[in-house]
Amino acid sequence: MSQQNQPEMLSGGAMLVRALHDEGVEYVYGYPGGAVLHIYDALFQQNDVKHVLVRHEQAATHMADAYARASGKAGVVLVTSGPGATNAVTGIATAYMDSIPMVVICGQVMSHLIGDDAFQETDMMGISRPIVKHNMSVRNPADIPMMVKKAFYIAQSGRPGPVVLDIPKDMTIPSQKFPYEYPKEIKLRSYNPNAKGHPGQIKKALQTLLAAKKPVLYSGGGVILGRASEELTELARKLNLPVTNTLMGLGAYPASDAQFIGMLGMHGSYEANQAMHNADVIFAVGARFDDRVTNATKKFCPNATIIHIDIDPASISKTINAQVPIVGLVKPVLQEMLSQLDKLDGKLDQAALQQWWDQINQWREVHGGRYEQRADLLKPQAVIEAVHRHTQGDAYVTSDVGQHQMFAAQYYKFDKPNRWINSGGLGTMGFGLPAAMGVKLHYPDAEVVCVTGEGSIQMNIQELSTCKQYGLGVKIINLNNGYLGMVKQWQDMNYDSRYSSSYMDSLPDFVKLAEAYGHVGIRVTRPEELEPALERAFALKDRLVFLDIHIDPKEHVYPMQVPGGAMNEMFLSKTERT
Amino acid sequence: MRHIIAVLLENESGALARVVGLFAQRGYNIDSLTVAATEDPTLSRLTLVTRGDDQVIEQITKQLHKLIEVVKLVDLSESAHIERELMMVKVKASGDQREEVKRCADIFRGQIIDVSPTTYTIQVVGTSEKLEAFIEAMSNTQILEVVRTGVSGISRGEKALAL
Ligand SMILES: Cc1ncc(C[n+]2csc(CCOP(=O)(O)OP(=O)(O)O)c2C)c(N)n1
Ligand SMILES: [Mg+2]
Repeated sequence: MSQQNQPEMLSGGAMLVRALHDEGVEYVYGYPGGAVLHIYDALFQQNDVKHVLVRHEQAATHMADAYARASGKAGVVLVTSGPGATNAVTGIATAYMDSIPMVVICGQVMSHLIGDDAFQETDMMGISRPIVKHNMSVRNPADIPMMVKKAFYIAQSGRPGPVVLDIPKDMTIPSQKFPYEYPKEIKLRSYNPNAKGHPGQIKKALQTLLAAKKPVLYSGGGVILGRASEELTELARKLNLPVTNTLMGLGAYPASDAQFIGMLGMHGSYEANQAMHNADVIFAVGARFDDRVTNATKKFCPNATIIHIDIDPASISKTINAQVPIVGLVKPVLQEMLSQLDKLDGKLDQAALQQWWDQINQWREVHGGRYEQRADLLKPQAVIEAVHRHTQGDAYVTSDVGQHQMFAAQYYKFDKPNRWINSGGLGTMGFGLPAAMGVKLHYPDAEVVCVTGEGSIQMNIQELSTCKQYGLGVKIINLNNGYLGMVKQWQDMNYDSRYSSSYMDSLPDFVKLAEAYGHVGIRVTRPEELEPALERAFALKDRLVFLDIHIDPKEHVYPMQVPGGAMNEMFLSKTERT
Repeated sequence: MRHIIAVLLENESGALARVVGLFAQRGYNIDSLTVAATEDPTLSRLTLVTRGDDQVIEQITKQLHKLIEVVKLVDLSESAHIERELMMVKVKASGDQREEVKRCADIFRGQIIDVSPTTYTIQVVGTSEKLEAFIEAMSNTQILEVVRTGVSGISRGEKALAL
């Protein structure tokens, strides 16, 4: 115990661990190695911060990332220098592209060896620079508490993102001790994100929305990250707005609500893409007009006035010009909109809105999420619908990247935010399983489902071992089509079905593989086997169950926007096009 | 359009690399870049000359602002400003040529800062345009070497880029 007013003396390694604890960190995901041995020893000598040993550093980053997506707090990764750090790169880039708060602590060789091509030296500051919100290298052990505070502050405020902290080994030497004090807060003269939004702009936005005859609310990942789903829902209902969510924004508005018109963009619903194209006012909230949403920007929504709320000014008018820009965090801005709305005189044009809704309801009939029904083959869409039923629509669903990801996004109707966890920006195969693990560790009582494909799951399959070690009972829904299905779909559509390296030969027996890792494996090859298999899997509460579900290998994801077209130009099936 | 952007940057290692990296990653042009400490040792000042339409320049300034170490910045081209660049030119100069070169340097208010039996080194200060005009004017002379500092800029009047 420390004397009164006398700060405790701690080594750099111990300060790092203590600072994590003082920051409220419960778990660190990582993998040891030479440069971080002092830190691992400091971890060993306390019980507050728990360490989760993964089987590959990439998985540590995805675990931390998914924890952040589900909880809103930064996840923490600890890796060694050189290969440990480079293995983490994909996960850092994944978090960066989706604006996920994360603190990645990378070991580094001793300060005096930096630049000498020392054993396991890589310039992680240089490598990570383009894929982080910020990175810092420790020069003096006494700075560690302040730098940890700064790392969390930067990662979690404004537009969130990953922060890398590079720590040379000599900064953590056990015998060199320094007074420890964790700063309560930190102020940076060069960084001060504007949270509130301009009241005049907010008023203008409301007036524009009140005057709209064909409005659409288009909301994205910013609403999930900004925990503003409640405000968004209330405002949408008050203004009678049709709501579409991006891939990153699913769950921000309840999918089962009548005002929800589905996801938009490349694999968005017919009605969402039509509504966007024909809208007179687009109200974009925490979304960034990404190319997977807009299709050809020149043909994007020709008649729309655009209102855009975003915390990042650089996201506003980057690809699509906004007439009413509002820079601010979505939550306080939406709150301000709600409070101003009550005082405004303007009335909604209910007659025009009714006409607009009639039109949208007609569009709903055109495609309506239909898919081919087969008695002899399992359809991936039907599997997702069944999983939804078995989990009462209340599971955390993580996914990998490919057709299965789009089917999960389209057919698992998310009613709650922070439940749909996928790599939207980078599109990282291998994300799904570690992501499910990160969520399950923190929410052990929740149902956590990983929807994956036989291609993606093999990118981090080794984590089945980590699941065993920590008793992570996630349910893996492997939509096995024997193909890199999304690649195959593009080859079907653009390359006369020349399947250049998109066929998965020599697949493992996933049931035996799951069993070899100490889990339960169930194979499903016929439609009638699905229900009993799901029944059994979800009844095995604390076990990891790997469901290897053999689906129609020929299925495509529809709707699909026609490349280079407007938002409303879509293929609706293998034979229909708008 | 050509723009001169002045940036106050935390004087920390890696900060300059972040600015340069941003331009490389996002495919923005850099015509010139100069950087040095200011009277406040915790700050360095960087002047960037870049080109692009209004939308590109807007993105450049927004993306620069996002860098944690960027404290303040201003697009000097938006209002009255002074721009200066220093150039040193080493030319072949012997016999009759020596007078000719000297006359030309005088016209541009250049100074001869080094002499050898066969060469002159001339220093010229001014806008980039003026420096280019000088090189043009020397087209009959054999230029051995040119070195330019890149542009520095400051706004006119009371406006100042400071904390
Ligand atoms: C790491 C990585 N490599 C390559 C890709 C390109 N890619 C996107 S989808 C896909 C196929 C995925 O196959 P699978 O996991 O079996 O899913 P399916 O599309 O069959 O459902 C590939 C290779 C990617 N997104 N990520
Ligand atoms: Mg597949």
